[in-house]
Amino acid sequence: MAIDITQFHETFFEESFEGLDIMESGLLNLDIGAADNDTVNSIFRAAHSIKGGSATFGFTEVAEFTHGMETLLDEMRDGSRDVTQESVDTLLQSVDCLREMLAASRDKTPIDVDRSEVLKKELESILATGNNSSTLAASGELKDHDQASESNDREGWHIKFTPHHDMLRTGNDPVRMFRELAELGELIVDVDISQLPILDDLDPEESYMSWELTLKCNVEIDKVKEIFEWVEDECDFELSEIKSETPAPDSAEKVQDTSSEVDTSATLHRAIAAKPQAAKAAAGGKTPANTDSASIRVSIDKVDALINMVGELVITQSMIGQLDCDFDDFDNSRMEKLRDGLTLLERNTRELQESVMRIRMLPISFAFNRFPRMVHDLCQKLDKKIELKTTGEQTELDKTVMEKIGDPLVHLVRNSIDHGIEMPEERLAANKSETGIIELNAFHKGGNIIIEIKDDGAGFNKDRIKAKAIERELIGSDEQLSDDKIYDLIFQPGFSTAEQLSDISGRGVGMDVVRRNIRELGGNIDVTSEEGQGTTFTIRLPLTLAILDGQLVCVGDEIYITPLVSIVESLQIKEEFVNNIAGQTELYKVRDDYIPIVRMHDMFGIGTKRESLEGGLLVVVEGDGKKAGLLVDELLGQQQVVIKSLETNYKRVDGVSGATILGDGTVALILDVDGLIDLSRNPPAPARNQESSIREVA
Amino acid sequence: MSTAQQIDTNTSVDVMTDTDQYLTFILAGEEYGVDILRVQEIKGWDSVTPIPNTPDYIKGVINLRGTIVPIVDLRHRFSLDAIPYGATTVVIVLKVTSDNGNRTMGIVVDAVSDVYNVAAEEMKPPPDFGAISIDYVKGLATVEEKMVIVLEIDKLLNSGVMENAEALLQ
Repeated sequence: MAIDITQFHETFFEESFEGLDIMESGLLNLDIGAADNDTVNSIFRAAHSIKGGSATFGFTEVAEFTHGMETLLDEMRDGSRDVTQESVDTLLQSVDCLREMLAASRDKTPIDVDRSEVLKKELESILATGNNSSTLAASGELKDHDQASESNDREGWHIKFTPHHDMLRTGNDPVRMFRELAELGELIVDVDISQLPILDDLDPEESYMSWELTLKCNVEIDKVKEIFEWVEDECDFELSEIKSETPAPDSAEKVQDTSSEVDTSATLHRAIAAKPQAAKAAAGGKTPANTDSASIRVSIDKVDALINMVGELVITQSMIGQLDCDFDDFDNSRMEKLRDGLTLLERNTRELQESVMRIRMLPISFAFNRFPRMVHDLCQKLDKKIELKTTGEQTELDKTVMEKIGDPLVHLVRNSIDHGIEMPEERLAANKSETGIIELNAFHKGGNIIIEIKDDGAGFNKDRIKAKAIERELIGSDEQLSDDKIYDLIFQPGFSTAEQLSDISGRGVGMDVVRRNIRELGGNIDVTSEEGQGTTFTIRLPLTLAILDGQLVCVGDEIYITPLVSIVESLQIKEEFVNNIAGQTELYKVRDDYIPIVRMHDMFGIGTKRESLEGGLLVVVEGDGKKAGLLVDELLGQQQVVIKSLETNYKRVDGVSGATILGDGTVALILDVDGLIDLSRNPPAPARNQESSIREVA
Repeated sequence: MSTAQQIDTNTSVDVMTDTDQYLTFILAGEEYGVDILRVQEIKGWDSVTPIPNTPDYIKGVINLRGTIVPIVDLRHRFSLDAIPYGATTVVIVLKVTSDNGNRTMGIVVDAVSDVYNVAAEEMKPPPDFGAISIDYVKGLATVEEKMVIVLEIDKLLNSGVMENAEALLQ
């Protein structure tokens, strides 16, 4: 039976890259000298899974390379080797190398063997040197069981192997394992087919057979067990040694060397610890390989919640179904029940919708995780001391947004490290602590997700930026610019103030690309800086695909949705609080605040019956730190709406962040409060002037 | 095996003849055609949600099974006199390709007419004058003694306001 093993490759690579991430973050968290056992264990397990997987899938170079790492980690794990900076660094480099090797295997490009060889040598030399004596002692202890059962008079192994019915489904093929065994030495295979049902009842995906194997060869028990490692919890597996004195294999099976059995279970436990990942790989592999490589990992909680909700939905459905809809004698009590049922249905639907949406959301830690490593590496390279602080890692972000925000973030953090934070001496001289701090914060604010990259470094030198801009002819030499405008210059294409170019950053291709990427996501980026105190970049991202709590408002005949988060309050206008500036801008006095009135009718060019402001409704909104009052005709209900993009089929519209579909199937536009406030300051030219007909264009 | 090959040659012969099918519609008495492969569906006119601050010919957006689709009034687009929408007024939903990927857009026309096969060699180039820019006309076809104006919908629907939008993005 041949299974096309390549269909599992994708899952394997995905698992492996994830494993590498675990290893990397684990390694960075290791305290030199006093390593935490759990961390080392998790690193080891990840390495172990990658090794096993790559061997199974025939990526021998990867497997061999990982083996070296695994050995080193194993020694760290059982305490026979101290965790040194040197070994951690080598392991980190190996993780990089492994990542490249895996990527090369995935893309079917040749693997850079030179690099892996160098690192392999390095690993070997670490293994060979160092606290070797204790290594021996400890590993000796570990192998005690083995040694007890190990004897020179061993002729081979007797293996009783009974796969569980569903073992084949996880992609494990006994034939492949036997072939591997046969490579170790002469193999005699006896198959027991007594459990095999008649052909009609036979399910080709199930395994009914069991085997008795005799391996005539003096090999280590580990070698044998390694082959069965991946199926341990999917089969009954007995291993016994054949001594030369016991010629008949059957008797050996009965005598059963106890020590070897103990050992089997001992390793079993160890392997089980390393198992979940592997089991997942196999289980995930069951789904047919998708042509579209995009996949998503969803935490089991979310899936469980979803299943619960579907369960409730089914119950509600049957409840409504039970009211048999004979409308002739439809009395009040049934009406009541129907109404209850519908209320329940509504709730279920909403919750279901929310959970489905949540599936696409990933915590931002996915994007933040790479930074500890980056900071670590760059600090070493630049001899700087930097501490990275992150908050709000659990803030959830849509998967697509997450993928696209990664590169801009890297760029910004890199800039902060390279240009922002000063050298330790400079910092001390400036009365700051030697260690610079870079903060990454993520949080929700006003219907947006905000990501802050904050450093306490040198800050921008306004004069230098200005000088550079003049030199690059971005601005005229006598132009007077506000601070904001000056900072804005760094987002111009081809602008870099780094005095020396380094290979880390400073080529000046960055910030404009960063801004463009963020704008493509419908977000924006701001920067504030104070010389000597540091710089803060603020990225504002929309919650795409998310559900929004909205207030429905009526303007003329149209319904618009105002995000509930941006609404401060709603009030009825009293004429005496309305003031004018220069007879144009209308201000409304709300307690001690004067806020501009935005007449939605004028803004959107909709006809209105309203003559005066008196009695009109003012929805006070806040966006971008600024307040405004939107004049609307009516406040309708509040409801949750699903944001649909206008840009998919049309384009961005000023003052509108998207659209949604109301209960009656019609489309309602969602107001972009920030945009509206901007728009009210610079009213758009009437649309008709832009382009009225094709005749003029043609 | 040989059968399969035969079928293969047969289909390729079909392709070789180079006939395209066009869906035609009526607009102010003239018959216009669009590549039928671009037509996603035809639906009756229903109310739309207007979008603020857009040119007149963008009627608004509709909900097409969960997707927001903008609707262009072709009479407006060609600067023809508006007529009240009636029983035959339909929206033809089209797939439009541009540099930035595919879009779905709808056009409002007076009525749908027919589907014709037009061979590529029967298509005449548009004369270099007239009411609408020849950029938007793929060619003129004669079917049953009538002239059908075959539209270049990608250019037509990506032009104007969409073009401005893309220019702004850059």
